[in-house]
Order: sequence, then structure tokens, then C-alpha cells
Amino acid sequence: MRTVIKHRLFWPVAMLILLIVINTVARSQFASITIRDGRLYGALIDILRQSAPLMLVALGMTIVIATRGIDLSVGAVMAVSGAVALTIIDGSTDPNQLGVVVLAVVVAILVSLLLGVWNGFLVSVLGIQPIIATLVLMLAGRGVALLITEGFITTVNSTPFEYISTGYLLLLPFAFFIWVAAVAAVGLIERRSALGVLTEAVGINPEASRLAGVRSRGIIWSAYAASAILSGVAGLIYASNIKAADANAAGQFIELYAILAVVVGGTSLMGGKFSIAGTVVGVLIIQTLESSILFLGVSPAQSPVFFALVVVLVVIIQSPTLHRYARRLTRSARQASEHASDLEPTG
Amino acid sequence: MTTVEKAAEVRGQASGPYRVFMSRRASLLPTLTAVAILILLFIGAEIFLRGDFITPRNISALLLDNAYLLILAVGMTFVIMTGGIDLSVGSVMAFTGIWLASLLEAGTSLAIAIPAVMVGGALVGLLIGILVQFFDVQPFIASLAGLFLARGLAYVVSLNSILVENDAVLSLQSTRFQIGDWYITPTGILALVVTLIGTYVMQYTRFGRTTYAIGGNPQASLMGLKVARTTVSVYVISGVCGGLAGLVLTAYSGAGYPRNGIGTELDVIAAVVIGGTVLTGGRGYVLGSMVGVFVYGTIKTIISFMGAEQSWMQIIIGALLLLFIVVQRAIVARSVRRT
Amino acid sequence: MALSADTSDRRIVEMRGITISFPGVLALDSVDFFLRPGEVHSLMGENGAGKSTLIKALTGVYPIDSGTIDVSGTSRIFRSTFEAEAAGISTVYQEINLCTNLSVGENVMLGHEPHKGGRIDWKAVHRLASEHLEGLGISIDTRSMLSNHSIAIQQLVAISRAMVLDAKVLILDEPTSSLDRGEVEQLFAVIRDLRDKGAAILFVSHFLDQVYEIADRITVLRNGKLVGEYLVKDLPREDLVTKMIGRVLKEFEAIASTVAREIDRTETPVMKATDVGRRGVLEPADLDVYEGEIVGIAGLLGSGRTELVRLLYGADRADSGHIEVGGAPAKMTSPRQAIDRHIAFSSEDRRAEGIVADLTVAENILLGIQARKGFRKIRREKQESVVSEYLEALDVRPADPDMVAGNLSGGNQQKVLIARWLATAPELLILDEPTRGIDVGTKADLQRKVAELSEQGLSVIFISSELEEVLRLAQRIVVMRDRKRIGELESSTVKLDGLIDFIANEGKGSAA
Repeated sequence: MRTVIKHRLFWPVAMLILLIVINTVARSQFASITIRDGRLYGALIDILRQSAPLMLVALGMTIVIATRGIDLSVGAVMAVSGAVALTIIDGSTDPNQLGVVVLAVVVAILVSLLLGVWNGFLVSVLGIQPIIATLVLMLAGRGVALLITEGFITTVNSTPFEYISTGYLLLLPFAFFIWVAAVAAVGLIERRSALGVLTEAVGINPEASRLAGVRSRGIIWSAYAASAILSGVAGLIYASNIKAADANAAGQFIELYAILAVVVGGTSLMGGKFSIAGTVVGVLIIQTLESSILFLGVSPAQSPVFFALVVVLVVIIQSPTLHRYARRLTRSARQASEHASDLEPTG
Repeated sequence: MTTVEKAAEVRGQASGPYRVFMSRRASLLPTLTAVAILILLFIGAEIFLRGDFITPRNISALLLDNAYLLILAVGMTFVIMTGGIDLSVGSVMAFTGIWLASLLEAGTSLAIAIPAVMVGGALVGLLIGILVQFFDVQPFIASLAGLFLARGLAYVVSLNSILVENDAVLSLQSTRFQIGDWYITPTGILALVVTLIGTYVMQYTRFGRTTYAIGGNPQASLMGLKVARTTVSVYVISGVCGGLAGLVLTAYSGAGYPRNGIGTELDVIAAVVIGGTVLTGGRGYVLGSMVGVFVYGTIKTIISFMGAEQSWMQIIIGALLLLFIVVQRAIVARSVRRT
Repeated sequence: MALSADTSDRRIVEMRGITISFPGVLALDSVDFFLRPGEVHSLMGENGAGKSTLIKALTGVYPIDSGTIDVSGTSRIFRSTFEAEAAGISTVYQEINLCTNLSVGENVMLGHEPHKGGRIDWKAVHRLASEHLEGLGISIDTRSMLSNHSIAIQQLVAISRAMVLDAKVLILDEPTSSLDRGEVEQLFAVIRDLRDKGAAILFVSHFLDQVYEIADRITVLRNGKLVGEYLVKDLPREDLVTKMIGRVLKEFEAIASTVAREIDRTETPVMKATDVGRRGVLEPADLDVYEGEIVGIAGLLGSGRTELVRLLYGADRADSGHIEVGGAPAKMTSPRQAIDRHIAFSSEDRRAEGIVADLTVAENILLGIQARKGFRKIRREKQESVVSEYLEALDVRPADPDMVAGNLSGGNQQKVLIARWLATAPELLILDEPTRGIDVGTKADLQRKVAELSEQGLSVIFISSELEEVLRLAQRIVVMRDRKRIGELESSTVKLDGLIDFIANEGKGSAA
């Protein structure tokens, strides 16, 4: 039991289960899943579908945070990616042609990669603090996206493109498969190879890693590139969902929610040890919380209050101060009992 | 001391004004660069727009339009000086602004409403400060919580904008003290007063110097300085500045609106950095942040004069930010290498 | 010597039964310590004995687990340096604690700035700062940034800072580590003056000469335990050394005999560096190491010893000279270049540049070979065999591969680091201060291991602040001073006094 509680995923998973239980008790239809036309429907399925963009962004953020960095530009990259894809589709003669959509997707992801390489360059070569380095793109990226769409919200009607976010594959939403595939790919690359542990080493102690011969520059660079690619895909899903490229609204605040998901999932912002499973749980918690807040009849605009409380709670639980305090309490309790037993023979 | 170093000391002492300046005031360089850029912007715009730019009206408007930004930048300078960051400022401004509007709508007197919203801003700052200082939460995350909280509270107060009909508040904006074509509004005066107080506190009080010390040496508590109290205070100051900015913005727009100030924290941080304050803390000036705000405001004005896309604003500010970061990095690296 | 303190045993500070533990170490174990007004009291012990921890316990930096502290007769537990200062205890900690982003004058006066009309009187700040600095014999532009000044000046600024407070108790933890003779004299004059005015001064230094010159009384700590308190006149040096290091002396003699052998210097050297230097950091220096040889580098902190080996390893880039490894020219522009040529380097700063604290012991040991191998993971069986081999060979305690490395004691962390490097099968191992801050037993373990390895043919460059250690281990000693190589000695031909004299005077006009 102790080892279960001590496991780093215990609290996040417990929280997710608690949220699901509360929701199920409060509204019975929450857990119900129906099949129509060979497709599953229900609140839980919606959560799986809607979490796709945040999941992808948070996944990339996890890797970046593991290197002791942070990527504030994810929302801007989403905006650029969506703008690039929709501009290509919009400019083509037949938006419904699969080839056009594939081209648009590939180009959008390549552009995202380019942005990630830029971030990685600032951080790993120029040695600029990650918060600042990615702040540059966070500010300028949306401007670039607006330039691409020429200041308009580009809308398209393209069936293959819409499939990305609203399509179904084997009972479940296609978007769900995208994030599962991304999680599996990142998980395999990080944990089956030594990349994961080397990333952690770089995140925990960059100088020691450098002296040990770890190619930290490449590792950090690739983390930002991966984050940007994942954000690019997230941007495509977002654009597909609203059938439009909205350079201002796409991915707004997503960096904050992604960071929150990573932290809730038990990865420390100080870098180092990271947990992909934790991030997955973190994203699901946020998405479920969002759905619960909506159900409570709270305006979605007011939901940040709840997230603020979650952040405060989580950081206080993770806080070393609290742990030190708890240790001291248990120690003095132990000393007190030892003291008592010392006194017994004489007293 | 070693002979090599001694020789270096002697060299340092015996040299001319350039070296004395570099040994005393190298940290002024980024701010001076910002001043130079501001002047270049003015001259460039004047030439480009054929003499239509440097006018009393434009320059007066610069202060008026950016008063809230300046107030936020002063608060942010305190936070960044300690090596922290405060992402909550835009939300706090929105929250205090809409709350003020709602209090006034309900007929609360100004004497109660204004102190109330200041305390509201201060409390958000206090929360952030406590998380940072006593729970070892990174400033980025702690202030992120503050951002969420204040933004949510703004919507809790009202989902829609609330018009302000209080004459006293509106007069903060509409009153113009004029000298020829030059004018200044009470909001502008307020922003300047905040800047002056900020400068005074930073340069002439022990509290201000402690913020520099914390930014320069995270172990400053070993120097017997009141680190905990100072760290919490800078976030409270930033919160109060958020409250003041809420008041100014409400006066400026004649209404409280819960969507105000989304992304403003980034503009503020950009302005502070452009003004020469180093994001790792310990180096910078409140007056530098004022220059940074003016650079920001001038670029905005130029872009609107040229009728260019708003998107260029973001790209130019991003590029400027990058430029300043690289310059600062070079300066910091230089001083680190010398120790 | 003013021994007026002996007659009345008034105590201004009484610490009793002080115990402090950190994860994995008992740093102080029920230690008693007393300070009397009008005395200079020296706290002695090897690195890691608990001196700095005891000081920080007194000034409230570390909370104590148990024990009592009385200051001027009342029980006090400080929660911060600020509170300690308010109670009249002024401290200069071992690590120079100043703000390099502020001016010299402000650093001296920070927290005690004179005010005029509700604002800091900057003129007075700089005037007072100059006065305090001149008290220590330095006159510099107090308005210049601290970052422009050398470590020695910074150390003097830190000391001046402590003088600003008119303290009843002045604590100086290794205040002289980068000062030259004249500066030390000046400091001692000030200390004597304060003592005669009735202040209690706690003086920590690893320079025995200085301790015997200035101290009235000595308290010895070993491995976090109190050995005893003595009057200086009752404690000859030999006794002090024995008390500091304990019974391990014999073991050290055995190590010395292991390394006492002839090195064949006719073959191609394992590494030969010629004129390697970097502007502002190190003047061009030569160094060669032969197979199975241990070359020691002796010199004070800041003498350029660390800088030299960092250039040799490619941790920093040299801007002059060339290096040959095994006879072939080698460009050392990054650590990887060195690693590829079978050179390993263990940094002096174990925590910041060595151990990866949150990873496990096994992951730390494997980091070196994994980094060389790239992203392909080492097979599990290979991992386990390597880890268990080195845990045993270096006697890491506890020998738990899954323990988080940050929770090991300093000595065991050092062993893990050496294991990391040995696992890469190096031909040349560079050890920069490998024994700093670890207990004497582990220190002996490490030295024995290094001696054994060199016997098997490994070449070693060994740096230590403890000259005895360098003399004991190395066959040849390169001496550095002022960022310059000043000479080379065969260790069989020189004794400790000779080495100290060489470091201090060789090449100076005043030598002879």
C-alpha cells in the first residue's frame, strides 16, 4: 500500500478517478456510452476527442520541461500551422481533394518544425533563457500567422481536412487515435532508447552532463523541435475543428494549460525526471474538470478560478516546504515516542 | 591578492572616463540603447511621415494611451529585479477594472470602491508572493495561478462590460491640463507619479536595494537581508500596480470589461526588458522601463500612422525583444566572466 | 597573546548538544561549542568535519534537530542571518556572499546604509565603505561594480561588510583562502584590535600557521563529532593534526608507499600539453603525464590549477598551445573530444558539475558510457554487471543502485563519480579536488583506489588543496601560482615545508 501511495502517479490518478466518480454520481449520463452508426458517443468519448490538441501540446511541453526549459510559443505555433494549412487548402482548386489536404498538412508541420528549430537555436546555441527565447516567438508568431492569413480568418470547407478532428475510425474519434499514436511514439522514443535518461540528466544538471560527454545541445534542440511539431499537429486539429484559421484565438492560453497538465502529472518544472503517463493523466484531469465545470452551469469564462485553485493546491502539495515540514513533524513525533520509551524503565 | 590581479586593479583605477563609466555603470548600457532606439524611432518616423510625427499632440497621447502599461511596468520592474516574473498583471488589471465598475454601478462610493479594488489587487499579489517565498513555487507558476484566479474572478464579477457613469472616474481621463498643444490627464499624472515613487523606492530605500540584492544573489539572506519580506512585497506591489492600472484603464475606456488585458503581461514584460532590465534579475531601472513603454507605444503609433497591419506590431516587438535579450546576455556573460 | 579570557570563563555563545542531519548524513552529532568575549577561537577539522555546518547552525541558516544555543546568557534560536546580526553576531561565510551586480560600496554597507531625510545617503555610504575597506588596507573605487574585482578583493569586501556591524561575535569562515601575506597581516591586525576591545572572534582556516598565529583557543571537530577544546599553548601542531584526522594516519602511510616508485618517462607521454593557456584565465603552461604516473598540481585556490585541467579536458577552450595525446596531436574543444581520447575529468564542484542528483546511483554510474554510446540503450545485463562491479570496487555505501544519488553522502557521491569515469575505461583520469568535503575514512579509500589504479597503469592528474595529500599521492608535482605554472618538483625530494615555501616564494624576488 505504501509503495502505491508513494508512486508518483498515485495522486494524479486518484484525482482523475475522483473527478469521474463525482461526475458520474452527479449526472448519471456522464459515464454512459452509446453506439450509433458504428460510432461511440458520450461525455467520456467527448473528453477523449477534445483533449487531443492539449494532449499533443502537453506532450511536447513535457519533453521541453524535462530539459529544464519551457515553451511559451506553442499557441503561436498552433496558429501558424493552422494558417499555413488553411491558406494552402483555400488557395487550391479543389479543397476536397485528399492530395491537397495531405500537402497542406505536411507543409504546416514542416513550418512548425522550422519554428521549433528557431526556438531550439535560441536556447541551446545562444544560451538564452527558455522563457524569454520562446516569448519572442510567442509574441511574433501570431503576427506571422496573421500575415499568412492576411489578417482574415480563413475558412474552408474540406471534407478530408475536417475528418482530422471530427472523423471516426473503428468506433472512436480519429483525433483520439492521433494523440494515442503521438503518446506511444514519444514514449517509445524516450524510454526504449537512452534519450529519456539523457534528457533527464541534461535537465537536472546541464553542466555535469556536458562534462560527462552528453550531447546536450542536440538533446535540447530536438526537444523544442518535437514540441513545435506536436503543436503544429495540435494546430491542425484545432483548425479542422472550427474549419477555420483564427490567428488570434488558436491555441490561446494553451501554453498555460499544457504547463498545468505537466505539473499536475507530477513532472517538476525544475526539469529532470519526467512522466509521460503523468502528463496524459494531467491532460485528462484538466479536460474532465473543464467538462465538470461546464456541467455545473458555470460559465466557461469563469472556469479559470477553478484552475487557479487546482494550481495552488497542486504546487502546495508538491512543495518541498510542505515535505520538510511533514518530515520534521514525523521526526519529532518519533523522537517524542523514543523519549517516552527511554523514560519508561526509570519512571 | 595576486600580482596579476593587482596589476589589473591598478589599470582599472588609473584609466580614463570610459573605463570608469564601464566599471561603475555598465548596467546602464541596455537602457541607454533603449533611449537611442526611442530617439531613432522618433527621427525615423518624423522623416518618413514628413514632419507629421513629432507633434505635441502625439507625444502627449503617448503618455495618455500607455498610462496603464507604464503603471504595470513599474510593478513588473520590482518583480523582475528580484529574478521573478508576474504573469498575472493583465488579469489583475481586468479584474480590478471590472470590479470597480461593478461597485460603482451598485452605488458604492469612490472612497470605498477604490481602496477595495487596490486591496483586491494586493491580495492576488500576496497569494503569489507567499507561494513563491514560502512554498518554493517558481514565480512563473505561482503568477500563472494568479493569472487564472484574477481572470476567472473578472468573469465572476461580470461576464459583460459594465459602463462607468461616475464623473470622478471619467474625469481622470477627460480632464486635460493644457499648455499650448501639450496636455496631460490625471491618469498620465498618476502614471508618472507611480514611476517617480518606483524610482525613489528602488534607488533610495533599503527595500529597493534589497530587491537588487536578491536578484544578484539568491543567497542574499546570508547577507542578513530581509529576503522573505521583500520577495512577498514585490508581488504585492505588482498587484497594487495592477489595481491602479485597472482604475486607469477603466477611466480610459469608460467601462470595465472582463476581457481587458489578455496578453498584456507579455507587452509589459517586453517593455521592461526593452527598457534594460535583465530578466534574470539584479540589473535595471524603473526609468528604463518607462523608456521601454515609450518605445513600445511609439512603435504602435508609427504602425497605426502607416496604416500597416496590426500583425507587424507583434513581429517588431518580438524582434526588438530578441535584440535586447541578446545584448543583455552579452553584457551579463561579460560580467560573469570577469568574476 | 591576550589570554585574559582564561581568568573569567564568561561565555557569550554556548552551544550544547547540537545535532543536525541532512539526507544521508549526520552532519553534527551532539556537539558542544563555546565562545568567550575577548578571545580568538579557531574551529579546526578536516573538510567535512562540520565546521561550516556548526557556524550555520549558530546563525540560523540550518535549523537544528536538537540542542540548545545560548547567546549572552539567554536561550536563542535564530531563524535567519538577519536575526543573528540583530543579536550582535556578524558572519563571513565560506562561500563569498555578495552581490556582483552592485557597487563595492553598496556591498559593504547593504542593510546598514546610513539614511538622511528618509532616503539612503549615497555619499555617506561610499564614504563609510571606503573607511571600512581602508581599515583592511585596500583603497578602490567604491562606486565600481563588484564584478570588476578579483576574488581576493571580493573576499576583503565580504570581511569589511562584517566589520560594519559593531558585533559582539565575529565569525570568519575561511576568510583568508585567497588573500596574500600582506592582506592576511592587515586582517590579523584588525582581528587583534577587535579582540582587545572584547569581541569574540571565531576564526576558521585550514592554514595551520595562521591559526597558531592568531588563535587563543581551538575546538577540534572530526566527522561531525566534538574531539575537544584546547588552549593553543597546550596543543602542539602534531597533536592537533592527529586529533583532526584521527587514527587513519597509518593508512595514509601505506598509500604513500604504494605510489613510491619509479616512473618510466622514456616512452611517449599519455598526454603532453605545451603552452596551453587562455587569455585572462591562465598563462600558457606545459604539462605531461606518463603511463601509470600520478601528477599532482599544487597551488592555492585561484592559482590556475582548475583552469589548467579544464583546458586540458576541453571543458573550456584554450586559445593558445597544443596538446598531444599518445603522441598524436589532439584538439580539445569540447569534453567529448577528450572522452573520445580516453580522458576523464572529475570536476572540483561535485554538486554543480558532477553528480546528477535526481537520477539513481546506477544511472549516474552509467551516464559516462551511455553518453559515449549515444541514444542506443545499454543492454540491461551489461548495465547491471557494470553497476555492481563498480559499486563493489569503490565500496559505495549503501550499495543500492536504485537509490537517488543526491541522497548519498558527499564521499559516496564522489565514489559514484569516479565509478562513472572508470566505467569508461580511461587512460588518463583528471581528479580536481576529489576529496573536498568528505570524511577521512572515505578520503583514505579514495586515495588508496587512485594509488592502486595508477599501479595498474592508469595515468592520473590529481589536484587538492591539501598539500599533504598531493605529496602523498603524486610522484611529480606541478606548482601553480597567480594563474601561472611556476615550477615542477619530484615529490620524493621535497617535504611539506619545502612545498609550501616553493608555492609562496619560487620565482619571486624575495625568495632566498
